[in-house]
Amino acid sequence: MAEILKRNKALAVNPLKASQPIGASLVFLGINHAIPMLHGSQGCTAFGKVFFVRHFREPIPLQTTAMDQVSTVMNADENVIEGLKAICEKSKPALIGVPTTGLSETQGTDIKRLVKDFYAAYPEFTHIPVVPVNTPDFSGCLESGYALAVKAVLETLLPSPLPSPMGRGSYTVNVLAGSFLTPGDIEHVKELIEAFGLQPLVLPDLADSLDGHLTEQETSPVTLGGTVVSDIATMGSSLATLVLGHSLCEAADYLKAQTGVPDYRFDSLMGLDAVDAFVSALAKISGKPVPAKIERQRAQLQDAMVDSHFMLGFMRVAIAADPDLLFGFAQLVHEMGGEVVAAVAPARSAILSSVAAAQVAIGDLEDLENTARSNGAQLVISNSHAVETARRLGIPLLRAGFPQYDLLGGYQRLWVGYRGTRQTLFDWANLLVEHGHHETPAYVSVYKREK
Amino acid sequence: MQAKDIAELLNEPACTHNTKSKSGCARPKPGATAGGCSFDGAQIALLPIADVAHIVHGPIACAGSSWDNRGTRSSGSTLFRIGMTTDLTEQDVIMGRGEKRLFHAIKQAVATYSPAAVFVYNTCVPALTGDDISAVCKAAAEQCGVAVVPVDCAGFYGTKNLGNRIAGDAMFKHVIGTAEPLPVPPAAQREGITVHDVNLIGEYNIAGEFWNVLPLFDELGLRILCCLSGDTRFREVQTMHRAQANMVVCAKALLNVARKLQTDYQIPFFEGSFYGVTDTSQAFREFAQLLNDPSLTARTEAMIAREEAKINTLLDPWREQLRGKRVLLYTGGVKSWSIVSALQDLGLEVVATGTNKSTEEDKARIREIMGEKTKMITDGSPKALLGAVKEYQADILIAGGRNMYTALKARIPFLDINQEREFGYEGYSGMTELARQLALTLQSPVWDAVRKPAPWAVASSNEELHHG
Repeated sequence: MAEILKRNKALAVNPLKASQPIGASLVFLGINHAIPMLHGSQGCTAFGKVFFVRHFREPIPLQTTAMDQVSTVMNADENVIEGLKAICEKSKPALIGVPTTGLSETQGTDIKRLVKDFYAAYPEFTHIPVVPVNTPDFSGCLESGYALAVKAVLETLLPSPLPSPMGRGSYTVNVLAGSFLTPGDIEHVKELIEAFGLQPLVLPDLADSLDGHLTEQETSPVTLGGTVVSDIATMGSSLATLVLGHSLCEAADYLKAQTGVPDYRFDSLMGLDAVDAFVSALAKISGKPVPAKIERQRAQLQDAMVDSHFMLGFMRVAIAADPDLLFGFAQLVHEMGGEVVAAVAPARSAILSSVAAAQVAIGDLEDLENTARSNGAQLVISNSHAVETARRLGIPLLRAGFPQYDLLGGYQRLWVGYRGTRQTLFDWANLLVEHGHHETPAYVSVYKREK
Repeated sequence: MQAKDIAELLNEPACTHNTKSKSGCARPKPGATAGGCSFDGAQIALLPIADVAHIVHGPIACAGSSWDNRGTRSSGSTLFRIGMTTDLTEQDVIMGRGEKRLFHAIKQAVATYSPAAVFVYNTCVPALTGDDISAVCKAAAEQCGVAVVPVDCAGFYGTKNLGNRIAGDAMFKHVIGTAEPLPVPPAAQREGITVHDVNLIGEYNIAGEFWNVLPLFDELGLRILCCLSGDTRFREVQTMHRAQANMVVCAKALLNVARKLQTDYQIPFFEGSFYGVTDTSQAFREFAQLLNDPSLTARTEAMIAREEAKINTLLDPWREQLRGKRVLLYTGGVKSWSIVSALQDLGLEVVATGTNKSTEEDKARIREIMGEKTKMITDGSPKALLGAVKEYQADILIAGGRNMYTALKARIPFLDINQEREFGYEGYSGMTELARQLALTLQSPVWDAVRKPAPWAVASSNEELHHG
């Protein structure tokens, strides 16, 4: 049970947090032929776009309601309606997401009403679902904004309870994929599910849109790849729902209430126990034995655990990440006999009290740096902003989370499953060995004459 | 190398193995032998000499699979970490071009790296085809103007242990006594402290562990003329004959050097170890005793009292975690003793130890140190070791790196004490590292995780039970 330390300073130094609208946008980027339009000033979108372009090294469709001085003071309702109309006419998207921002929320926008107003004004576009979601950046972080958007997508596309679960004959399994998963992770999760003869229906499916692949189409105003919008409405006929990430609990509650599809929830997919639980669930859902290939991956992870425990036992790790990711890493460190000596999350979440660390601070990278220094951390796990943090601490950095500006393929990195966990253990061990902290410092005798 | 030279090396008068039931080192058994060859032994003994170009004369297998894999550390020159070999080809062997290639190889090494000296290690193929490496070394030395030392250590001459002695013999024949020590730097002179010159023989500074101990030598005014061969320079080896006392560290590997220094230069020696609090203190006391300097004795005792008090405070929390844990120690040789003392200092119980290279006298000493209950294991095969771990309910296997994966695959905690290891355990401060590593592996949650079956395996066996 970790003690949660409240934010206790006025100034955030070297911020860790990415905003809720960014997180919400990411969900829409994982839906096929979709586009998010942030309801805010142009800058809200421009910064978000740069954030994603640098992280994914992909063109990112992202629009804005472009609130200016007049619309901000007087009324920005028209911006939303005009913006939706423009996108619908120009790009013919399959779905539009409308996350709000600090600006529009402070102004007091009623985004849900505006969507209704839009359909009333332009009935020719009622076939295009528009998903409004309240994501002010003055609360939460990327993860919570993402979770709100997942729930909003379900609310929009599954508005009324389904009469009864239909899908007992189906092989489809819903996957609500949390923000801690990279496109590489989701790809692997899908492979695991398919290995049991099941068909994954992933929301959002970043593995299909932001996995970094060249396409025939040279440009596109909307996303290429991702969850097919019409599939989302069929989630009620699936065999089961796999909920990946504690942050998606509310979205999962909603989906379960609407569809009656039983769900299996996983706070993490890193580490032997977590993956065992996941694979067991797949075996149960499918009624099939665990394939030999997955058994083999499990045995490979076990071997890696044994091989790396010499380096990872007693290791002292500093982690700064969004709550679900922080939880997963801390659990893995703990399972290897290491200790999380500094843990920082950008915002509160129920999972934080379960993080395997004595304390979790709500704060920034400066907090991480100070705690890591006073507690003698040997390794930092955080995003690319922590490069300088790690340099000043004189210890290695493993990049994880958002954003990863200075690492090619960070978005594609596999962390979860037996395979991803194994690679993580290797990387930790290699970083620690390369930085050679265990070595006795050279001592030269006062009598020594030969160098 | 002539058969009689090998026989002479095998007959090491100072070695206790020589006087008891087994004579010299046992011959390896085909099909049932693990362990290195003479080349391996010679290279291991000398490679840490940091400013020397170490050239392996032979086809690629010898150097190719062994270069830069030692845990030994240098505080200065890192030339020793550059792998050099003549990499003989089929044409070289057929056409007899090995000698020529070696000569040019030496010239190239000198021209490129300006080494303090060149060591040439002979290997099986050129030994078999009859390359005269001594003659080549001599010619090359004349032309290049640096010492070029032949180390005739072809693998088929015998075991790794023999290789150690060949290395020692080469140092004695070609290097030791060829230069005089430089005076003590005035800045290093301290009032009331007479500086005594000593050598350490068989100390390899694995993972820099000797640096845990070296500051204490400085404090006491013991100048290490040469540490054969951890963090050593060629010139230091040349001056070994001027020491007032020698310590043979841990193993008997280079005992012949110590014995010859005693007979030829009247330098007394003792065998000791820096593993464990007790043995480290004992080593310093023995130096004081051999050097016969009352001031040194007093300062040594004061230093020991201070260091022991300091380390015991640090070790107490570890001892609580480690007390009563059962250890199976397998080093295959006499090195065990030095580790045993360290383990006992930490409160562990050594339940069994390997003795397949020990004499009756060694075994008696093992019983003396570890008590009658200690089991002796002669079969070092993986199967036998794992059997012993189970039979004696050992919590941990401590052995060389070669056995590491035997233990790990069997899901048994392990501590590596061989030369490839990454952690230094010597001296007082090394004990905390040793304790830490022991606790780390013994307490690792990994063992439970890898021993338990997959959840679906449990579920299905339960089902079988229900159905059955």
